[in-house]
Amino acid sequence: MTVKLPIYMDNHATTRVDPRVVDKMVPYFSEIYGNAASKTHAFGRQAEEAVDHARKQLAKAIGASSDKEIVITSGATESDNLAIKGAAHMYREKGDHLITVCTEHKAVLDSHHALEKEGFRVTFLPVKTDGLVDLAQLEAAMTDQTILVSIMAVNNEIGVVQPLAEIGKLCKKRGILFFCDAAQAIGKIPLNVEELGIDILAFTAHKLYGPKGIGALYVRRKNPRVRLEAQMHGGGHERGLRSGTLAVPLIVAFGEAAELITTNQAEETGRLLALRERLWAGLNAKLQHIYLNGHATERAPGSLNVSFAYVEGESLLMGISDIAVSSGSACTSSSLEPSYVLKALGVDDELAHTSIRFGIGRFNTEEEIDYTIARVVDVVSRLREMSPLWEMVQEGIDLRTVNWTGH
Amino acid sequence: MAYSEKVLDHYNNPRNVGALPKDDPTVGTGVVGAPECGDVMKLQIKVGANGVIEDARFKTFGCGSAIASSSLATEWVKGKTLAEAAAIRNTDIVQELNLPPIKIHCSVLAEDAIRAALADFAAKQEKNA
Ligand SMILES: Cc1ncc(COP(=O)(O)O)c(C=O)c1O
Ligand code: FES
Repeated sequence: MTVKLPIYMDNHATTRVDPRVVDKMVPYFSEIYGNAASKTHAFGRQAEEAVDHARKQLAKAIGASSDKEIVITSGATESDNLAIKGAAHMYREKGDHLITVCTEHKAVLDSHHALEKEGFRVTFLPVKTDGLVDLAQLEAAMTDQTILVSIMAVNNEIGVVQPLAEIGKLCKKRGILFFCDAAQAIGKIPLNVEELGIDILAFTAHKLYGPKGIGALYVRRKNPRVRLEAQMHGGGHERGLRSGTLAVPLIVAFGEAAELITTNQAEETGRLLALRERLWAGLNAKLQHIYLNGHATERAPGSLNVSFAYVEGESLLMGISDIAVSSGSACTSSSLEPSYVLKALGVDDELAHTSIRFGIGRFNTEEEIDYTIARVVDVVSRLREMSPLWEMVQEGIDLRTVNWTGH
Repeated sequence: MAYSEKVLDHYNNPRNVGALPKDDPTVGTGVVGAPECGDVMKLQIKVGANGVIEDARFKTFGCGSAIASSSLATEWVKGKTLAEAAAIRNTDIVQELNLPPIKIHCSVLAEDAIRAALADFAAKQEKNA
């Protein structure tokens, strides 16, 4: 078995740009380099055509009924900000209450925190131990003052998929706009904004084998027509919603990447699912006391978040340094706080410190999975041999009864 | 995070991993930290009749820097008198391992572990006196 090292298995963080996508974008740097807004000459018109084509690809990828519903941005962070602040500012007269979930991405959470400072009221819903929102709690939180519900499709840390269709229905029933951060979801799960009742949707190229620095916001134009207040002012690009010269090569690449992943979604999902099951089964066959974080089946196909009890995550990462994955351990974060997502699921801090996020993607192979299993088993076993917690558990001591001296 | 050569060396070849009999009156055991904080260190010393630490062992649940700090601590206490061991400071560990500021608390834990082991040994002595 020969595998090329290091192995990249951190596809939640970002993905490699597909070579087919690179090929498509390259000519737009040095040959078709016009400004898409320069309609008076051929350079500009060619660029505009390329953008129009990409916009159609993007609309189709999410089931939007018109490419006029696609606003190009710099990525999901910007899309999240535009959606949440843009909707709140536009519908301020209608109400001052927003609902979101405490396991959302920071771009969503912090946009809400910013609005709280402006006087908006925000409900941060908890999640169940499987990471999913409780629909009854969501419904109960809705008031006549609620203008926006923001719930992500696929969680970036644990991979769980929220019940989007049901959320969409609840929002429709109450006449509340539904914004969905789908950065981790496009091409990973079937996703159609019409079928799911999504009014605003954020996505980004670099999570779907496209380049970094380019994203989009879907803004519904019919039933209902959604209006947002622009956050970036200037030349009035993107129907005044987002000024700035369009990054044509990146947009071309984004369109191509989105088309590739969504047209092959079922096939790619099947392949990733098989790899994930191989990984989980392989780890379970050799290791005890390992726990899956998040719902077992309602999850994106390449996502696996596992706690390896009694082994601190950063030390595990260090031992498997030829495999790129990430950890929810406090030791790996600059704040020295364990993952707030795992905390929200009610995962004990001590288990959060031992968590590893595997993000299997398009370019991973069975051989890489097998190598990963072997390395992880080896390092976890070695670190457990030097773990005082493992020793205590072997001696039959219940760790909860120990009088720890921690801070 | 880029690890220093010395941290990597201790992580890959930890010195003195293991356990000494904790009921032995010549053994002092210190356990510091807490699982919720992501770091627990157990450090043990075995003290000879002449008051010199003749052996030491550790087990650590924590990041690579914590493992390296405790591994280094066991190396350093061996052959030292109790008073000399008590004089080891976390800053010495930081310097030796080249720890970045965010990992200083791992070295503090190692200093605490040495002290806890010394205190446990002293308590046993008192009880047996
Ligand atoms: C769920 C989610 N939302 C938003 C973002 C931010 O996306 P971008 O890097 O395109 O700004 C990410 C990626 O880190 C994400 O996973
Ligand atoms: S044990 Fe957490 S940073 Fe070292």
